[in-house]
Amino acid sequence: MKRLLVLLFVAWLAGPPASHAQSPDTLKALADLAVDNPDTREAAVAVIGSTKDPKWLDFLGALRDGNVYARGKGKGAEVVVGGAKSTKGDAEIIEITSAYDRKPLGAVPLASLVEIAADRRLRIAIKPFLDADETRVQLENPDPETRRGAAMKLAYQADAGAAAAVEAAIKKETVPNVRHALEEALALIRLAGTDPAVRILAAQALGALHSSDAMPALQRLAADTAATPAERNAATSAIRQIERWSLLVRAVETAFQGASLASILLLMALGLAIVFGLMGVINMAHGELMALGAYSTFVVQNVFRERWPERFDAYFVVALPVSFAVAALVGVILERGVIRRLYGRPLETLLLTWGASLIIQQALRLYFGAANVDVASPTWLSGGFALMTGLTLPFNRIFIIGLASVSVAAMYWLLFRTDTGLRIRAVTQNRSMSSCLGVRAGWVDATTFALGAGLAGLAGCALTQIGNVGPSLGQNYIVDSFMVVVTGGVGKLLGTILAAAGIGGLNKGIEPALGAVFAKVAILIAVILFLQRRPAGLFATRGRGAEA
Amino acid sequence: MLKPERIGLLALALILVVAMPVGNLLPPGSPLHVSNFTLNLFGKFLTYAILALGLDLLWGYAGVLSLGHGVFFGLGAYAMGMHLMLEIGSKSVYQSALPDFMVWNQVKELPLFWKPFYSAPFTLAAIVVVPALFALVFGFLAFRSRVRGVYLSIITQALALSAWLVFNRNEMRLGGTNGLADFKTIFGVPLNQPGTQRMLYVVTALTLVAAWALCRWITVSRAGKVLVAIRDSETRVLFSGYSPASYKLFVFVVSAVLAGVAGALYAPQVGIITPAKMGVLPSIEMVVWVAAGGRGTLIGAVLGAIGVNWIQSWLTTSYPDFWLLFLGALFMSVVLFIPDGVVGALARAAQFLRRRSASTLGAPLLGRATLGSSRMPGGSDTT
Repeated sequence: MKRLLVLLFVAWLAGPPASHAQSPDTLKALADLAVDNPDTREAAVAVIGSTKDPKWLDFLGALRDGNVYARGKGKGAEVVVGGAKSTKGDAEIIEITSAYDRKPLGAVPLASLVEIAADRRLRIAIKPFLDADETRVQLENPDPETRRGAAMKLAYQADAGAAAAVEAAIKKETVPNVRHALEEALALIRLAGTDPAVRILAAQALGALHSSDAMPALQRLAADTAATPAERNAATSAIRQIERWSLLVRAVETAFQGASLASILLLMALGLAIVFGLMGVINMAHGELMALGAYSTFVVQNVFRERWPERFDAYFVVALPVSFAVAALVGVILERGVIRRLYGRPLETLLLTWGASLIIQQALRLYFGAANVDVASPTWLSGGFALMTGLTLPFNRIFIIGLASVSVAAMYWLLFRTDTGLRIRAVTQNRSMSSCLGVRAGWVDATTFALGAGLAGLAGCALTQIGNVGPSLGQNYIVDSFMVVVTGGVGKLLGTILAAAGIGGLNKGIEPALGAVFAKVAILIAVILFLQRRPAGLFATRGRGAEA
Repeated sequence: MLKPERIGLLALALILVVAMPVGNLLPPGSPLHVSNFTLNLFGKFLTYAILALGLDLLWGYAGVLSLGHGVFFGLGAYAMGMHLMLEIGSKSVYQSALPDFMVWNQVKELPLFWKPFYSAPFTLAAIVVVPALFALVFGFLAFRSRVRGVYLSIITQALALSAWLVFNRNEMRLGGTNGLADFKTIFGVPLNQPGTQRMLYVVTALTLVAAWALCRWITVSRAGKVLVAIRDSETRVLFSGYSPASYKLFVFVVSAVLAGVAGALYAPQVGIITPAKMGVLPSIEMVVWVAAGGRGTLIGAVLGAIGVNWIQSWLTTSYPDFWLLFLGALFMSVVLFIPDGVVGALARAAQFLRRRSASTLGAPLLGRATLGSSRMPGGSDTT
């Protein structure tokens, strides 16, 4: 091994590296690769890999990717690396280069070469050589995520040989979470060492870093009878520190998930609630209006992908208003076309809108297919915000919370600061009196329904970022949002908001203990019990209009 | 005394109870022969009709729209299914005394709540008692706090969703998504014989007649009048000194029991019961049977259940893509154009033609003006 390195070094010193870098051993190994025998090939890979020469490692990479060919047959075969392929007439032509220094050897017909196929066994033989090297090279990668990944890999391997490289990387590192990962890796490497003093320090460092990845190693150390008591104490206290931290992380995470679910419910229930408040109509097609919003987003995405691929990230900005408009339009058609014929008959309207929902759902299924469609996230919504160690808040969820907040604010503004809002509130309170005073109730109904439907479309658009988009998208959340409306009561936005927050928070709060299904059942029971005390929801309409 | 409606009713009952099984007995070549398949299909429709009667009693008469009757149907069907599963004994695929799905799920011992279902009398009692108890508790909580109108509909729909979710879970020990199936015998008689199926059909048809008689008895009684009054103006009934909650609870329980009995008859005839029968969609489909046939008339519910399902079994085999479209369109057009269903529309037509009262079909017919029992919250007070 050492001899080989010296040889390589000498070869490198001795001028043009082309042939000199290739020691007799490696040359023989290279020739062996062309031999059709798995054992010989594996041994050849070991010889070539142990040179640790970047160029040879490059070659192994090419071999793994199936780009290495043998030219000629038998003993005299030459191993070459294939490059770009092209067709000339009938024949396929491939540019080839030499194995080590990639000297162009011209283009030859593909048929004259035999591919040296990297089977599973060969790839497994190649992997460690490439990995050990790749991980360390990755520490220098300009992309912080790659560096962090490399640090985590090194931490997992806990290879003492990498300590120096990690230390050097820590000194240079400026990105906090990468630095954190590197420090974690260093401490884990040290924990795997033998010196008790170093190990104690490493355990303390891991505790301070709240490293949940270190738990198994620390637990092993704490239970290790061969270790000194001081070491074991350090490990135990580090474990306690980490556990406390993860408890906090879980609490924050649950709160965030609760807020995120509450926002989704709120986005959906908002539209339902204003329509219910105004017309006493439960719109069973609300979920399908959401699905329409989601499919609009899908269509907008496809248009961007086809027409303006370079502006792809902007598609979502366009999709938001488009999905609002599409759903609002369908909503108006529904309202003007059929629902207005059934005013004052809420149960019939409920059945009617259910029928409409079946039709929309089946139409979507027939047009787009029954399978889920794929909506890609724009890059600015993928990834997340690292709030604290062990907790990253995904941007798409943060976006939904933001969207819900903006929608609520916009609703408040619309209802309480504009003339339209004044009319909507007037008709909600007393339809016939408003009509008498010159409010065009039919127009208000259409506007409100469009608004509610549009909000559903918006919710559908937002949902594409966190869930599957299929024809039955609406069904998954719709019953929950009905519960929000029922719990919140009629005609008060605040009730809807509080009910969404309560149901969303409660759901996520009990989900870890009961599981998703029984959490839903528990919510239903909670809502029924809640209605015992307040049959008309949180904020019931009082006064003469209440008991109609 | 025999009015045309009565004659029609009697004829229908005779066709369903007598003519169908007799037709089944005729040799296959005969023009009046009813195939085993058709008889079995109608057996299924008649169980739906039993359920529809209960639902009609609840919705058409008391104005309470339940979107969760699939749950009660499922409870009855599962109770029967559990007994049938235990009857299989060790004749199952895995030759274990436990039902097959328990073998897959590594259940070693029969769960405690399964054990009483070895007994046939217990099972028969459970078919009635379990849905009744469940409806009693749920209805008590709902009606006591005066949850009504769309609120009640939403709550019952959530009930259907929850029940569907729960019954899908393997840890409930009820077969999960696959449900209960592969029944071999019923009370010791092999299920797959035409004779047994014919017997089951006759039992179903007779149960339907009995259920009709029960509903008829309820609707013509004083209680029936109160129910219609509740539908038309609950507040006024309350102020007249009645307790609408008790009446509604009573009808709710009766209709749950009818649904449970229907389920119990369904399981052995169809041979499988899965949670898919008790979800949100099947539950609301049941409502459309009643709506299409004509709510507020008992015969409408029966005809609606048979008619809609007949169309469904034809459409789902011939044009599977269009069944849901059709169902949606049916919902919309019934609600928009014939709110009192086919029977109501026919009765109105007959009334128009004969210019005389056609109210002998059951309760006072629903006119368009009286349909809206609970008006919009905060809406105008026009009465």
